[in-house]
Amino acid sequence: MMQFMLLFSRQGKLRLQKWYVPLSDKEKKKITRELVQTVLARKPKMCSFLEWRDLKIVYKRYASLYFCCAIEDQDNELITLEIIHRYVELLDKYFGSVCELDIIFNFEKAYFILDEFLLGGEAQETSKKNVLKAIEQADLLQESQIEDWGSLPNEEIL
Amino acid sequence: MSPSVPLQEMIRAIRSARTQCEERGVIQRECAAIRAQFRQADNGGRSHNLAKLLYVHMLGYPAHFGQMECVRMIASPRYSEKRVGYLGAMMLLDEKQDASLLITNSIKNDLSHSNQYVQSLALCTLACMGSAEMCRDLAPEIDRLLRASNSYIKKKAALCAVHIVRKVQDLGELFAPTARSLLAEKNHGKYILNDTFTDTCLSNTVSNECNESPGVLHGAVVLITELCGQNTETLEKFRKTVPDLVQIMKGLVISGYSPEHDVAGISDPFLQVRILRLLRILGRNNEAASDAMNDLLAQVATNTDSTKTVGNAVLYETVLTVLDIKSESGLRVLAVNILGRFLLNNDRNIRYIAMTSLQKIVGTDHNAVQRHRGTIVDCLKDQDASVKRRALELSLALVSATNIRSMMKELLLFLSSCPPELKAEAASGIFNAAERYAPSQRWHIDTILHVLTTAGGDVRDETVPNLIQLITNTSELHCYTVHKLYRALLKDISQQSLVQVACWCIGEYGDLLVKGECQETEPVQVSEDDILDALETVLQSHMSSPTTRGFALTATMKLSTRITDNVDRIRSVVSIYGSCIDVELQQRAVEYNALFKKYDHMRAAVLERMPVIEKNSPGHTNGVSTGEPVKELKPVQVKQGEPQHAANQVCDLLDLLGGSEEPQQPQLAACSVVPAPPISTSTAGGDLLDLLGGLEPTPLPLLTPAPTMTVYEKDGVTLTLSCEKQSDSGLMVTLTASNSTDSNISGFTLQAAVPKSVQLHMKAPSGDSLPPSDTAKVTQMVVLNNPNKVNLKMRIRICYTIRGSTVQDTIQIDSFPTH
Repeated sequence: MMQFMLLFSRQGKLRLQKWYVPLSDKEKKKITRELVQTVLARKPKMCSFLEWRDLKIVYKRYASLYFCCAIEDQDNELITLEIIHRYVELLDKYFGSVCELDIIFNFEKAYFILDEFLLGGEAQETSKKNVLKAIEQADLLQESQIEDWGSLPNEEIL
Repeated sequence: MSPSVPLQEMIRAIRSARTQCEERGVIQRECAAIRAQFRQADNGGRSHNLAKLLYVHMLGYPAHFGQMECVRMIASPRYSEKRVGYLGAMMLLDEKQDASLLITNSIKNDLSHSNQYVQSLALCTLACMGSAEMCRDLAPEIDRLLRASNSYIKKKAALCAVHIVRKVQDLGELFAPTARSLLAEKNHGKYILNDTFTDTCLSNTVSNECNESPGVLHGAVVLITELCGQNTETLEKFRKTVPDLVQIMKGLVISGYSPEHDVAGISDPFLQVRILRLLRILGRNNEAASDAMNDLLAQVATNTDSTKTVGNAVLYETVLTVLDIKSESGLRVLAVNILGRFLLNNDRNIRYIAMTSLQKIVGTDHNAVQRHRGTIVDCLKDQDASVKRRALELSLALVSATNIRSMMKELLLFLSSCPPELKAEAASGIFNAAERYAPSQRWHIDTILHVLTTAGGDVRDETVPNLIQLITNTSELHCYTVHKLYRALLKDISQQSLVQVACWCIGEYGDLLVKGECQETEPVQVSEDDILDALETVLQSHMSSPTTRGFALTATMKLSTRITDNVDRIRSVVSIYGSCIDVELQQRAVEYNALFKKYDHMRAAVLERMPVIEKNSPGHTNGVSTGEPVKELKPVQVKQGEPQHAANQVCDLLDLLGGSEEPQQPQLAACSVVPAPPISTSTAGGDLLDLLGGLEPTPLPLLTPAPTMTVYEKDGVTLTLSCEKQSDSGLMVTLTASNSTDSNISGFTLQAAVPKSVQLHMKAPSGDSLPPSDTAKVTQMVVLNNPNKVNLKMRIRICYTIRGSTVQDTIQIDSFPTH
């Protein structure tokens, strides 16, 4: 299973963090700091996999963002690369040519998309179309319930 | 979906801050506003506020005051608020926070909500941060959802069940039957499941084409994998599913183009990889299951397109499965060939993967891997450090008697250019290989010298005594060795290990050096002054460590008996150091001075040539030739040097006859790994032990192999015990632990208790993590002293963490294998 996924920029700023294991805030910060340092120190042509503590780290750089996943010993590194790629494709389809700013200003949506694709550290839906459809429906549900500032009451649509 | 304007405004404000201080100011203001908003009644902007807080949290600022707001939002009827509330719960509330328990009820309600997207939020949150208590409470709900809901929810429920089972292993039994039935969900064609495993009526279930099923299948396979991994009985039961899994896989591999699940021409690679992994677990150690999947694996291996990463991912998983189950040899060869192809792939990732896999099988399929030796050795020159490391490990594993010369050439080349973090590993690997397969003594010495010149700073400390022992043993090469070392010393005195060995040799065989004739190398005219000059340079150089200077001083002293002309010079050098600041050097110098002045008649005998040191001979009394124990001469002092010096000083001990430096022993006992050169345990030493009482007994290597017995074997963890009698009442017990499951074990600790009159001393263990499948062991030594000779018993408590849960067990050992 994937233990955590981190998205960070070339300057080391965290853009998204999803943890599937219980760790204290302090530990999370420490791990993030160490890992960001390690990954940013890697040269461009180097291998996408590295061993870190007792986990395997799979990372890939897309434009200015590093996508970094920590998987366990028995997990398949190559398919994890595919999972990362699939997530990027989903973001791309949703935002339309996604860039880092999209993820910064709409970080909660990035999380929602991730939560439709991965659950508890494992892939839950292998069809891109289904993931996007589910997000669309959830967004519709949210829209139909959103209240404008001081105006109509919300309607429940089931 | 429309963006949250307040959130985006805040983000813009924070990003426009030019300094860290300004940013902090903005954030403080925002947080204050958010806190105020939280206190107010519902004003329609709650989700925006929480979203803002979550952004601030991601930047690294404290956000714990938002926890209660998350709890409140989750309970809200509005979907927008629930969505952000649950997101906040996953980010701010982990199982360690008390507030997490408050959401259990909300989750329970939402699990039965009429809207599937609300259900989905609850499932996602539970699977992400559900604690053990929450899991126990909600497991029945999850089971219900697994059985009867639409496939959108089922697939999520399956993965939620995986999380539950990981947290609370006992609940595995609850989900096992349902998991079995989930395999019946099928896409890509009709499928009939005939099965008597579960008592829910599933035989003859026919399910129609349904677009959402592969997600459910995937979830089911993950769940079954988890269940099988935890419980061997469950694994036995699930073996019956192998034919079904094979069918599903076949369907995926052969079936036509399915646009939704296709990735670069491979049909649903994620599902394929998971099924292969499950097949691996089911086929391991089981002939029948392995046979059933042989054809399928061959088919996947040959038909999968390997031009893109995704195809290679499936092939990789296939190879892992083939190598792990009881596959037929043809299939194994196919798998190794695939790995060989991977090694030639342009993509560095694939090469890395190939080497990792080859490393796992180099022990069992050695010949198959040998075929690819050339490519592996080429990878030593790769730019990437991870690839280099893998290549190094694999190359060392592939060294054999036949290829030692060529391999060593490559390895030495690698050593001169390898990254610093790999130098130590490379050096020790080379030494091991050289020791095992050296075609000739001279080659062996040459190799070691080469390593010392290139990476002398990174070799382990026990190399020096090992090398010295090797040199002493090859008496016919003394002349050659000392010439080479002398030349190396002249060139460079920065590599401490090399300098130490060189000094020692010059001290021992200086006369051969002066004689100048040597068959193996060109003769060189070396005068006694030259030698003494060289040693003095070492003594005075800033680069020499204190140990090295000790070596040089002793060597100078030894030369006083080997050379004839410059004894006065030696005398003066030695007396100068009598007032050296370094205590060790000073002591030596003073003692050597004493040797010159008062005991000149003994000097020749004391400084005689060393005899051949025998490796690992039992309790040997140092056999250092004509030893009149000189114990009455030297004052006994307990030196508290660091343990790593102890190893080097061992050689110096052997210089001065009689082993009166007995006090070195306690330090050697403290560092439990003692290299080959034996400690001086002369009879004189025995007396000293009495004088100095209370010292730990020195671990003496014994000839008779220590008997071992297995004291604990449960859940894949094995603990064996072996004993060696040290003395009349002393016993050295070695506990070795290994892990044959396929999960990593961490935090492995042992505690021991013995009867009252027995003294127990536990040394530090070699590590605390046990990698799966017996790849490495953890050893821990325990020294027992049983002066009253009571019946020896020991109770051991084993503690470790596996898959996130802690296991504790106690065993009692009532009888020790004695001899």
